[in-house]
Parts: sequence; C-alpha cells; structure tokens
Amino acid sequence: MQTYTDILIIGAGVVGCAAARALSLRTKADILVVERAGDVAEGASKANSGIVHAGFDAHPGSEKARLNVLGARMYPALCAELQVPFRACGALVVAFDEADRATVENLLAQGQANGVPGLRIVEREELLRMEPNLNPAAVCALEAPTSAIVSPYELVFALADHAALNGTEFRFDTEVLGLTQTESGWLAHTAEGDIACRCVLNCAGIDSARLHNQVSADKRHLTARRGQYDVLDHPETPPFSRTIFQCPTKMGKGVLVTPTVHGNVLLGPTAEDIPDGLDVATTAEGLADVFAKAKLTWPGVSLRTAVTNFSGIRAHEDRGDFLVGRTAPHCWEAVGVESPGLTSAPAIAEELAAAILADEAFPAKPREETAAPYRRAKPFNEMTAEEQAEAVRKDPLNGQLICRCEVVTEAEIRAAIRRPVGARTVDGVKRRCRAGMGRCQGGFCAPRVVDILAEELGLPKTAITKGSGESRMLVGEI
Amino acid sequence: MSEIDKVRKDLVIIGGGPAGLAAGIAAREAGVEDLVILEREDEAGGILRQCIHNGFGLHRYGEELTGPEYAARDIAKAEELGLDVRCGTTVLSVDGEKRVTAVSKKDGLQVYEAGAVILAMGCRERPRGALGTPGTRCAGIYTAGAAQKFVNMEGLMPGRRVVILGSGDIGLIMARRMTLQGAKVLACVELMPYSSGLNRNIVQCLEDYGIPLYLSHTVTEVRGRERLEGVTVQQVDAARKPIPGTEINFDCDTLLLSVGLIPENELSQRMGVALSPVTSGAVVDDTLQTSVPGVFACGNVLHVHDLVDFVSDESFRAGKAAAAYLRGEKAEGLTVAVLDGDGVRGVVPQRLHPDGDVTLMFRPAGVVRNAAVTVKSGGRELARKRQMIFTPGEMVALTVKKEQLAGVTDDITVSLEVSGK
Repeated sequence: MQTYTDILIIGAGVVGCAAARALSLRTKADILVVERAGDVAEGASKANSGIVHAGFDAHPGSEKARLNVLGARMYPALCAELQVPFRACGALVVAFDEADRATVENLLAQGQANGVPGLRIVEREELLRMEPNLNPAAVCALEAPTSAIVSPYELVFALADHAALNGTEFRFDTEVLGLTQTESGWLAHTAEGDIACRCVLNCAGIDSARLHNQVSADKRHLTARRGQYDVLDHPETPPFSRTIFQCPTKMGKGVLVTPTVHGNVLLGPTAEDIPDGLDVATTAEGLADVFAKAKLTWPGVSLRTAVTNFSGIRAHEDRGDFLVGRTAPHCWEAVGVESPGLTSAPAIAEELAAAILADEAFPAKPREETAAPYRRAKPFNEMTAEEQAEAVRKDPLNGQLICRCEVVTEAEIRAAIRRPVGARTVDGVKRRCRAGMGRCQGGFCAPRVVDILAEELGLPKTAITKGSGESRMLVGEI
Repeated sequence: MSEIDKVRKDLVIIGGGPAGLAAGIAAREAGVEDLVILEREDEAGGILRQCIHNGFGLHRYGEELTGPEYAARDIAKAEELGLDVRCGTTVLSVDGEKRVTAVSKKDGLQVYEAGAVILAMGCRERPRGALGTPGTRCAGIYTAGAAQKFVNMEGLMPGRRVVILGSGDIGLIMARRMTLQGAKVLACVELMPYSSGLNRNIVQCLEDYGIPLYLSHTVTEVRGRERLEGVTVQQVDAARKPIPGTEINFDCDTLLLSVGLIPENELSQRMGVALSPVTSGAVVDDTLQTSVPGVFACGNVLHVHDLVDFVSDESFRAGKAAAAYLRGEKAEGLTVAVLDGDGVRGVVPQRLHPDGDVTLMFRPAGVVRNAAVTVKSGGRELARKRQMIFTPGEMVALTVKKEQLAGVTDDITVSLEVSGK
C-alpha cells in the first residue's frame, strides 16, 4: 500500500509535533507525522528534566545557544496559548568551591554573550536565604530568573492536538526504514508500505542520524547518552522554589534538583553513554549516583516519598551541536537535538516550517482560517470547590473519582482518550491527565483505567497495553 | 457561581470498608442517629470484596468466612440499622473544623459539617517506585492487590509466569490464587530473614503448592522492553545489600509486589492530625481520638492490621467513643504516654487514660521465641503475657485491666522480654 502526502514528518516528539503545528497553521498542504512508537512524546520528549533553559549553557555562536534563547522567549506565550503547565520559577547554578566559582562566572559571561536577561551572581548569605534547604557549603550561585519549568509531554500533546485540529494526520507504530529520493520528492519505506511525499522532515530523535546518513554525504553519528531520574511525591512544602543545578561537566548539565509544574520533586539526571538508544532501563549504580549527587545540593534529601524512577536518552551528536536545516533537496532535518532541545523546539519548528514553505517544489496552499487549540477543561484538582460543584453538575462523571492520589475524575480520563490525538494506552492516559501518576502508581486505578480504555476504544480489555507495542496489561480471561 | 450543598451531620465516617461499617454500627447502637458513611467504591465492604479466600472471622464469629461473606454480615447489619452508606462518594478534603468535602456522581459536591469524624480510609500498597528497584518500566508489574482485583473482580489474568516480591499476606494469597488459575508461580522473594505474612498463609499458600520462599533475597533488576521478560533475584547481607555472585535469573512475565502497606492518611495529614512515624497512622489515645478533638481513627488507616477481626473490634470501640464524644462525654483527666520498648514497634494507642480497660496492639520488631510482652510503668510491671513465638507478621494484642492501670502516672513502656535474660 502506498500513501501520498505533501509533507512527511518523521518522529512525533516535541520537534516533530511543534513543526507539524507550525506548518499546519500556515498551509493547507497534507501533513503526515509518522512515529514508530504508539503515542507522541514517547522518546526523549517524555523523559527529560522539563526545564526551559535560560540559555547560558551553550557556547556563544552555536546553534544550541541561538535556538535556546529564541525558544525560551517563545515559551510563555506558547504555553499560555496551548494551556500547558509552565512556571518561570528561575534557576540557580550552585558553586561549592572556588573552582566552581570560576565556572559560574564563566557561565555568567557566556549567558550575557548569548543574550540571556537578568543573570547575576548571588553570594552565599543571600543564596541560603533564597533557598534555605540548600547545602550550606555552597559558596555562590548564578541566578537565572528566566529559567522555567514545563510539563514536557503535555506540551507535545497540546502541539499534536493543535496540529491535528488543523488537518495533520498522525500514524503510530510506523517506523521509517529508509528514504529514497524520487523525481517529485521522497519515498519513505515502512513495514506497512511506502509513503511518497514532496518533502520530508527528519526529526527522529535518537534514530535521526540513521536516516540522515541515507540522504547526506556529511555523515553524522549520535551517541545515546542516558539520564536517570528519581521522582518524589509532591510534598506539602516544596524543598526548593527554583531549579537547582550543579556546575556543568563535559557530559552535560550535571544533577539537578527541581520542583515540577505538578509539585513533585525531580532528581537527576545521570549522563552515561550506552550502546542501545532504546535502553531506558534504570540501574542500581545510576540511581545511587543520582542520590549521592542530589545530596550535595540538598543534604536533607530522602527517597522515602519516591514515587518512581525513569531514564531518558539524549541524542548527542559527536560535534556537540544541533544540525537543523536543509540537508538534501526537499529534505530538512533536526539531528542531535539533545538538551536544550526541549527549550529550542519551538524555535527549531518555526525555522523549519518557514524554510519548508519556501521550498520551490512546494505547492503554495496558504491556510487562511486556522482552528484554535484544543481546549482542555481545567484539571479537577486545580478547581475551587465552587468550580468542582459546577463541573459535576455539568457532567456527573466529574463526580466519579478514579485516581485518588492525583484526584482525577472519570470525565477527565474519557477526555484524555477523546482529545484529538488521544490516549490509547494506560501510560497515555497517565501522562495526559495524571491518573496513575501518584504515590500508589496506579495500584488502585489501573484496573478502572483499563476498563475505560477498552470501552472508549471498543477493544477487549485484554488488548489494552501499558505503553507501546506488545506491552499488554493482561494475558487473558479466566 | 453555583452554590455548594452544605449538610449538617453529627457523625461522618470516611470509608465503608470493615472499619467504617463497624464504626457506624457501633455508633448507631450507641445512639447516634444522624450519621453518614462515605465510601468511594460502588459498594461497601472495602478490600474484603476482592478477598474471595476464606480465613476471615475466626475470632469474631468462630467460623471461617470469605472476605465478601464477612463484609456481607456488616453490610446486612448496617442495612438493618438503617445506616446511610453513600457509595461512589470520594472525600476530597477535611478541614480542621471537621468540614468534610465529598463528591459523587449522584449528589455532586457536598460539604458535610460534622460534629465528629471517624477516619476509616484503610491503607494502600507500596508500589515499585517506593522500592527504587532498577530496570525498565515495562508492563506486567503489579501490586498484589491490583492483580487480585483483576483476577477476582474482573476475571482477567495479569500473567502466566509469576515472581512475587515480598511475602506480605496479599502476596502469599495471590501466589495460591494465580497457581489455582493455571499460572506458574516461580518464587516468592522476601528481603527480610522472615516473612511479614501470617504463618498459616506461608503453609497454605506457598508450601502446599511447592512454591519456594527465598528469605533474605530481593529483586535487583527488572527486564523487558514492552512486557516483563525476567527479573534478577539476589541474596542480601545483614545490611540488606545485594551480595554479588548470588544472582538467580527468572524468566517471567509478571512481578507481583507485596512489600508493605501504608495507611492512607493524606486527608488526615492535611487536616492537621498528628501522625506517628512508626505506624504512619494517627497518634491516638485509648478512645482512638486523634490530636484533633472529635476526630477518631480505626482500622488500617490507624495501623496496618493482620486480621480483619481486630479491625472490627477496634472500629466498634471508635464508634462508641465518637458517640460518647457527641454526647458531651469528653475523655478527661490525666493521660500517660505509651512507648515502644525493646522488640516492639508501633504500640497503639500512644496515649491512654489510666482509668479503664485498655487494649494495646503492636507488631514485634523481629522474630522472637519464648518471650513475654511486658507492660511497665515507673518500675512497676502492670501486665505480662507469654507466647511461644512472636513474628512481625502477627499482631500482638494485650488488654490491660483497669485495676492494673490504677495509680499509673508515669509513661508506660511495652517490651518483649526473652525468657532467661
């Protein structure tokens, strides 16, 4: 079976979905996003620190620096428009000795060169007043007031929904095995047949170099750099109000301790180069490393309230920078998008969309009328009592609590499945509405979520999966 | 903006499991007419509904009932007494003024202004995340209770080749249940050198089916990209650290966790009820009243019990105490602290009025043979009870008589004393 589309986007991570949205808002051309996993945001986009970086880390003049600063500026308006949880909580890069102080001062200079606003050095006394739970051994810190936190996967869901409402098609469980150039564009080969397109955008994350090397003589190599994290339950009072970084190393930004937009505390990541880019296992050594390093920042850290741990894979390009742009005729790519990739994604998407639409082979089909973003109801547990009362009156399913830990209603779970690019798995429900995200980790609500998914999708319960592929929750009936 | 329904109630009981039902029955029998039981599930009975095995009620009724049968007796009694049990109703919050906010499909959002509140929310299972077990986050890893719900309530099989981590009672029960349903249970793995479950369950659920119990072992790795493919089990040393070279690999599609129960006190905590770091339940006096006057706690939300019979017994006392509170009979006078001594973890109550019979309950801190529980105050031994063996899996209950408590003014310490020492 052969499919035709005008624009083929490979990869439904934050870059692919942001590009799909940016394109779909400008053109009526057919856009198809193919993704090898079963949902959007299944790779690095779901498993990262969720930080919108201010932009002091990257070397001035690099694509990382340029796109980071541009992307960071777009976040507040983008998240407001798409109703994505976002908070400009600020960040501190803490120095624990005089060598660190030199690093921090260098970051300040670098940040200023990159055009990051509001950076300053905070000395110990003020620092400990700002963050009383910080290790008193700290000597000073770089404060970056524009650093922010975001729910990374919720951003991707919102981008994908908005793209879908503007006509973008999504096809999951579809891996692009190869790309062949044709007279009129490209042919993407998949196990289910070829997809012909006029132009192709490769944003396949950790898999992007494989496709790149098929279309370009300028060979690239990605290293899978794994980062492991611990997630703690939301405490009554958060230990830190800002994201707390340690000084960066050559492997990355070091271990951070940060609040999340949902009030949890995130510790991590490690940075380990591994052979398999799909190996998102955590290890005893990795988790021990996270804990030991987090303890330097936060001497009072305890894993007593840990709810889970996870790993994400950074796609580290050997030359250390993003490759964003046109790499072959009618072919655009975003390769090596590791941190600050989440921050840069909106800017990467805008640039790629503009470039693709300027392509001479491209049919001019400007879109005049655009669909508004998907409007998600306010989360039940963020409503006032009056709003909750009204919500139940409007839809009695708001009165049926399913997830007790995160206070998620049946109405919210059904909405998570019914939204434009809706949940099809237990994890998809979890990330869209937080059912199962809490301290019992779905112990109570998973059976109910399976029931609701089966009902909404018209599938037997035994066909429901946790995540992608054959991750079945159940093996049969009794 | 819409109005919120406010309902005045003498007594609001949060939870319609065995604890809430018994508390409600006792309160009504003690004269409380205006009470409501709020239950989040669609039917009353709590976790007993999915415990279709027998062994419930030996102490209370002198017979072996299944969980649903045990619950049915309390439900029938509650119906006979005309108790208002609101199912499908989840409590969202309780404030320090005893205003209980609850929501249901039928009644919408309601605020109950309560004269007294009984906390009977039960407990939850510790999930994998709390253990920090490394590996992948594949499908096929369930708490034993979640698996029990799938099998017993929904008729669905969570897996075919099973390893069980932890030897808590639900894990042991599920080892047998999965076996009877045709699954192969390869091992039950326990971190401690002893099981935390009842001895009868070790015998009837593991030994009778030839399922090996690996004491002082734990799961150190979870493998499988999509569905679970296997786990690594390792022996641990005295400090509970895995010993290199002791790895055993099991090919399995299912890992069930039975690694501890945690009283569900998020509501209690947010309303300002003081909690014990040992039991994770409320700190209570002998009337089961918490640090917030008029708020009582009973059952597994107070401390995790081994037998439902003791839950019912405790909850009857909480119901009676709440009724007395509502009549204005406040427990007054001197209270003394009850402290954990050697070999004892989490004595409940933590404070008592030494002017009546008081039942003390706790779990032994380890396995102790040939020992006695002693209750002492100010150098005086108030009570003593000998037992052949004490294990953490089995609760110890000891009633100290009014006469024995007479004249006590100092702290009371409960200890396990080994004979001959």
